[in-house]
Amino acid sequence: MIESVVKTLLYVAPFVVIATFWVMAVRERRAAGDPTARGFFERNGWVVASYLLIAVGLWAVVMVVLPQLTMVDFSFHPKLPPKDYGGPKDHYTLENYHYFIFGSTTERESLNIIHLRAFGLTILASVGVTIFTFFFCYPIAYYMAQVAPPARLRLIMLMLIVPFWVNEILRAFALRILFGTSGLINNVLVALGLVGEPIDFLGLDIGMYTGLAYAYLLLMMFPLYNAIESLDKNQIEAARDLGAPWWHIHAFVVLPFAKPGVASGCTMVFMLSAGALAAPQILGGPNSLWFTPIVYDRFYQAFNWPQGSAYALILLLTCIAFVMAVLRVFKVSLGEITR
Amino acid sequence: MSADVELNHVSVKFGAFVAVRDASLTIRNGEFFSFLGPSGCGKTTILRTISGFLEPSTGAVRIGGKDMRGIGPNKRPTALIFQNLALFPLMTVAENIAYGLRIRGMGADERRRRVDQFLDLIALPGLGEKRIDELSGGQKQRVAIARALAVEPQVLLLDEPLSALDLKLRQHMRSELRAIQRRVGLTFIYITHDQGEALTMSDRIAVMNAGVIEQVGDSAAIYDDPATVFVASFVGENNPFRGTVVAAEGEHAALDTPAGRLVGRNPRGAKAGDEAILFVRPDALAFDGHGAENSIEAAVQSVAFEGSVSHVYLKGPTKRDIVMTVGRGDGAGVPGQGQATRIGFARAAGLVLPAGRLASD
Ligand SMILES: Nc1ncnc2c1ncn2[C@@H]1O[C@H](COP(=O)(O)OP(=O)(O)O)[C@@H](O)[C@H]1O
Ligand SMILES: [Mg+2]
Repeated sequence: MIESVVKTLLYVAPFVVIATFWVMAVRERRAAGDPTARGFFERNGWVVASYLLIAVGLWAVVMVVLPQLTMVDFSFHPKLPPKDYGGPKDHYTLENYHYFIFGSTTERESLNIIHLRAFGLTILASVGVTIFTFFFCYPIAYYMAQVAPPARLRLIMLMLIVPFWVNEILRAFALRILFGTSGLINNVLVALGLVGEPIDFLGLDIGMYTGLAYAYLLLMMFPLYNAIESLDKNQIEAARDLGAPWWHIHAFVVLPFAKPGVASGCTMVFMLSAGALAAPQILGGPNSLWFTPIVYDRFYQAFNWPQGSAYALILLLTCIAFVMAVLRVFKVSLGEITR
Repeated sequence: MSADVELNHVSVKFGAFVAVRDASLTIRNGEFFSFLGPSGCGKTTILRTISGFLEPSTGAVRIGGKDMRGIGPNKRPTALIFQNLALFPLMTVAENIAYGLRIRGMGADERRRRVDQFLDLIALPGLGEKRIDELSGGQKQRVAIARALAVEPQVLLLDEPLSALDLKLRQHMRSELRAIQRRVGLTFIYITHDQGEALTMSDRIAVMNAGVIEQVGDSAAIYDDPATVFVASFVGENNPFRGTVVAAEGEHAALDTPAGRLVGRNPRGAKAGDEAILFVRPDALAFDGHGAENSIEAAVQSVAFEGSVSHVYLKGPTKRDIVMTVGRGDGAGVPGQGQATRIGFARAAGLVLPAGRLASD
């Protein structure tokens, strides 16, 4: 009885939220805008308008909301064979979340060190990858946006984009070969006599971090480029004319202006790194424990879908909370990012 | 300390294109000096060369006697006010003005005191906390001036700073700028394509055409004694009559033109047989020219009333319309439209210059 009520609520809730936001938006427009403004249907004609509504609605509900909700619902159930779904053994439970913290569905004696550590490290390492990607991309984006002559700009763009025509997995394997103990990089280092014996780049996770940073390079590059590109060159020159050294211009004129682009790029790289699967699985060393492969294993090794759902949800919510907090600290609104 | 700005055979090239050709002049300490010329003639290029954003391809820029080659814009004793002002939109008015002071490591209290002084100087006291987009065009203008003055430059460079303002404000800002310059006593180097601005504000003017400085002089010299055909036709209104010199004696020369034989001053020493142009200002022309030293047959085409004066456009023997200005009191003498008449002018009002391209060609 309670079960079905909760279930109904769970599935109805998003529609209530959507409806609430819609009502709020309409009220806001009434209050702010021209009250005689024509409505959505009047502006577009009912054929186009209904197509838009149904298409966007279906996309949002079927592709985004429902799958996620199924996951949420799943994560609050015990692991059962499919024939018991909805049966008498099925009930709502927090045991999957409990397991994440304590490594057991019931006991509280010890913490689930391995998973917690992987989770924390994933978040930390994603922050690291994001920061590294930012510092790597910023000079290039600045050069493209403010310095490069048009012909050079096109060339750089092409050089940035073309490698991404290669499949992600293939790229990861290529990096693996490159970074291997008998790979090109080690061969060169040894041949040059810079190191005595090959460095285990993969074991040190250097391969993985490189792969992650490389995979999401463009997602940092283009928001940065767009933001810096719209900065008036004269402002940079004015700052220089007033005596500013180059670092001061970047810190106090360019970066504040490009802040929305920085936020947008960092958010995407962070979210995608934390959720990356290919690079950690292919390039991760034997000791590395990225969180996403653990989630993957919950589903496909342990066949524990409810637990996998819980883990995925924990990662998603933590990332969202983290990003929101950082945006807040840097005083960037969500609206600015999507500009 | 003297902050003379000296251009010594300065040329600036962009690839094969020569934007400034062999410019030599000295701008004196404390002077209000203007570069005047049509758009694209190389004014901004000269200014950027003085401020250090460009290096001369040949020649040297000296400020206070010191060669500036290799010294960046952040190290020169100049401050530039950009054509679009380039105020920092994310900073307040006070932060904009204090920007240069912050770089110089001035403490917050001292900075605040200085900003207040500058806000007083530009007559915007108490507006320090405003955002830039809350200001009017004229206010932004003044903030840009204060921001540049705050770093205590020896030379202030202004790139058409008034071009974005409407006419009334522009005229008001002219006297404002001049007043600020007198108060701070700095060298101002001012760029404009608007001759009215140059003539009213400047101590001296350099008139530029296609990268070349054609004449340097004060407003009166530029207006009354233009050195070239370009200057004569660009600064103020002028009626040109092309012709061939038939006689040159002493101060004067006589030209055969389609409008008949005309005589004028001959400061450039045109000789008999030279191609030349005789210029006469619209205000030097008068109706009823039968007794005058020069006279031209013409018919009134239209009259444009402009308040204190009227412009009368006449069709003469030349292709170009002849323009004359008639004061309010003389309006009664204007013949009716289409009526043939003779207009005249004194020899001293005519100016003979060696032939060349007119500004309007
Ligand atoms: N960076 C540049 N590269 C090539 N040509 C330029 C550059 N800057 C200016 N020019 C050219 O030099 C000429 C003079 O420009 P400018 O000094 O800006 O003129 P003004 O300020 O008098 O309007 C123009 O023909 C312009 O096209
Ligand atoms: Mg210009």
